[in-house]
Amino acid sequence: MTTERQHDTIDMMLNMGPQHPATHGVFRMVLTLDGERVLDVTPHIGYLHRGSEKLCEGESYGQVVTLFDRIDYIANLNNELAFCRAAERLMSIEVPERAMYIRVILAELNRVASHALFIGTYAIDLGAMTPVMYGFRERERIQNLFEAVTGARMMHNFIRIGGVKEDVPDDFGPRVRQLIGQVREGIEEMDRLLTFNEVYLARTRGVGVIDAATAISVGLTGPSLRGSGVAYDVRKDDPYEIYPYLSYKVPIGENGDCWDRYYVRLQECYESLSMISQCLDQMEAGPTMVQMRRIARPPKGEVYVHSENPRGDIGVYLVSDGTDKPYRLKIRPPSFCNLVGLAPMTRGSYIADAVAILGSLDIVLGEVDR
Amino acid sequence: MSLELMDVVWVSLWLFTLLNVVAVAALSLVWLERKLLGRMQGRVGPTRVGPFGLLQPIADGIKLLMKEDIAPGSSSRVLFFVAPLLVFVPSYMVWITIPFGRDLFVRNLDLGLFFFVALSVLGIVGLVLAGWSSNSKYAILGGFRSAAQLVSYEIPIIMTILVVAMLAGSLSFHDVVLAQDVVPYAAVQPLAFGVFLLAGLAEVGRTPFDIYHAESEVVGGPFVEYSGAHWAIFFLAEYINTFMVGALGALLFLGGWRWPVGDVPAAAGVALFLFKTYAIVAVIFWVRATYPRMRIDQLMSFGWKVLIPLSFAAFVVTAFQMFYGWPIWMLTLLSLVILVPPIYIQLRWQRTPAMALAKHYAEIAVAVHAQPRPVPVAAVTEAHAAPGTEDDA
Repeated sequence: MTTERQHDTIDMMLNMGPQHPATHGVFRMVLTLDGERVLDVTPHIGYLHRGSEKLCEGESYGQVVTLFDRIDYIANLNNELAFCRAAERLMSIEVPERAMYIRVILAELNRVASHALFIGTYAIDLGAMTPVMYGFRERERIQNLFEAVTGARMMHNFIRIGGVKEDVPDDFGPRVRQLIGQVREGIEEMDRLLTFNEVYLARTRGVGVIDAATAISVGLTGPSLRGSGVAYDVRKDDPYEIYPYLSYKVPIGENGDCWDRYYVRLQECYESLSMISQCLDQMEAGPTMVQMRRIARPPKGEVYVHSENPRGDIGVYLVSDGTDKPYRLKIRPPSFCNLVGLAPMTRGSYIADAVAILGSLDIVLGEVDR
Repeated sequence: MSLELMDVVWVSLWLFTLLNVVAVAALSLVWLERKLLGRMQGRVGPTRVGPFGLLQPIADGIKLLMKEDIAPGSSSRVLFFVAPLLVFVPSYMVWITIPFGRDLFVRNLDLGLFFFVALSVLGIVGLVLAGWSSNSKYAILGGFRSAAQLVSYEIPIIMTILVVAMLAGSLSFHDVVLAQDVVPYAAVQPLAFGVFLLAGLAEVGRTPFDIYHAESEVVGGPFVEYSGAHWAIFFLAEYINTFMVGALGALLFLGGWRWPVGDVPAAAGVALFLFKTYAIVAVIFWVRATYPRMRIDQLMSFGWKVLIPLSFAAFVVTAFQMFYGWPIWMLTLLSLVILVPPIYIQLRWQRTPAMALAKHYAEIAVAVHAQPRPVPVAAVTEAHAAPGTEDDA
């Protein structure tokens, strides 16, 4: 695609957002248009800025978990896990194995819920209105399980420093197995409806192409990077929790277009479901929380811990000055970093492609703005 | 020709009745769409207002009429308020010549098909005007899109209507229906029927061609600044047009109120006609539940490179058949043969490579193998102390 001007006309500035159905929240793109063609795009963020990092400095370590729930509000448990791992590293806590299994099961379920929502909302960005209902249905099922386990549907505050809040209910195993079957069917339904649909292929193949080198240089991570053919997954390259004991595949793409990013996410759903059933097979009874002081005061020091969120590589940089509150907490939010790829992908495409590309990055504004 | 007073009264009465019939049909379509989409999406659709939610569209209409009618301060007010009428009036006027049954029409025009074509194009002016007069960027983008889309898809529609007119030897809807006594034209010319349905989808802006009012791109396009009653008029016109495509399909290709039963009482004929119309409309809703939206350039190239050549091919094939007097099944065969290459190309260049790619991706996915899990010391000693006490989570 060329960005060359086709006619001698004045560019049109189109302010897409912050209130626009396809910007997934309060994101604003200023598009410079030549007719239907996008010459340039300027992202504007900050409409949902809540100062989460600063807020974290005012809370004790245990309370920070609740704030992490609210950063990426589609993948709450993954976020809790990211922070708790950083705090545990700082305090040198060994988490009991059963707690790690519970954490991984919940985190992978949340990944599936997040991807199911992505597939649905991405389809509605492209004008297909049915998959979003299926996506929400699967997410709803998973949330019902979360409610049974953690007591909350979104803001769980379940993964704690040193383990999880409490052991899972007695019927957890059979219930999760049943859930896996249902969710797999639901995802296959979306798969059949969407993946090889002619119009869908026409809208996503070859759109928003980003090659591996550019993707790395702008800092893409997660499925958006794997769509370009880079097999980088924190679970594989820097294993944590009990991921080393699981067999799975890291799906990658090759062309780095919207369809590849979508397809990687779709395959990840299947992989996550298989990981969950492996976890259930391996899980043994045991304690779910370490014995630790009620008010944790880590030693002075700093850690940087990263883990794999549905949207990419979330990093938590934690500095302690020896008190019960973090001295500084910096988050590397995957959505925010992935958003950098928007401009190079979008230039030279059409307005409709800009929507498709933004959707394929799967951003969550709560995380972009923090 | 002198115009009698009684004529004027009768025509007014007919027009008023027609307006009501068409409006009720459009409202029924709103209900049907919501109910069908709901069922296809694992929902139930409207259930609260009236039995099966049948009164929901009326409640929505009342709500819209009671809303404040806002015009943007920078809009051109006269054009802004005229535009909905320019869209609505042609879409309603077309119905004058549509026969619901053997004797059920306002006027059986000898040039009925031509009348339809001439009037249906007028609606585009209203859409462009709505986009322009709103003085909004989304609206003007939508207006331009509608101009480009509707004008280019008008051509295949007209060509397929011409094919029907050739086969029937008449431009009157009545004669076209009578000519399909034995075999409907959908069987005689499946190619023209297919082109008609696709172009019809684009003509009324339904998925996958709902580009000019694409919600996730131009947020409603020409209608973005409208509210209240004026928006309701656009909405009504859109559904009337959808019903029109169904009715046209039923009349031109499915034999209207006659085929396959021949001469039946008027009420049965109307029921048959409505059944066919609603069937086509249901297909349109089904497509909406299934397909994403195309992009504007894909839409234009599909129109100009696929549909228009196909419609010309249908036209030429029909002309050959009539000139040389080939048997009618030759026409069916030929039009099916013409349909093969585009379908083959579509599968060959779109779906097959994507499926191969998916298979390829399944192969290159990086496999991570599980490491053996170290057996915890505590578990070993426990197992020695009391075998079989490990409990499975």
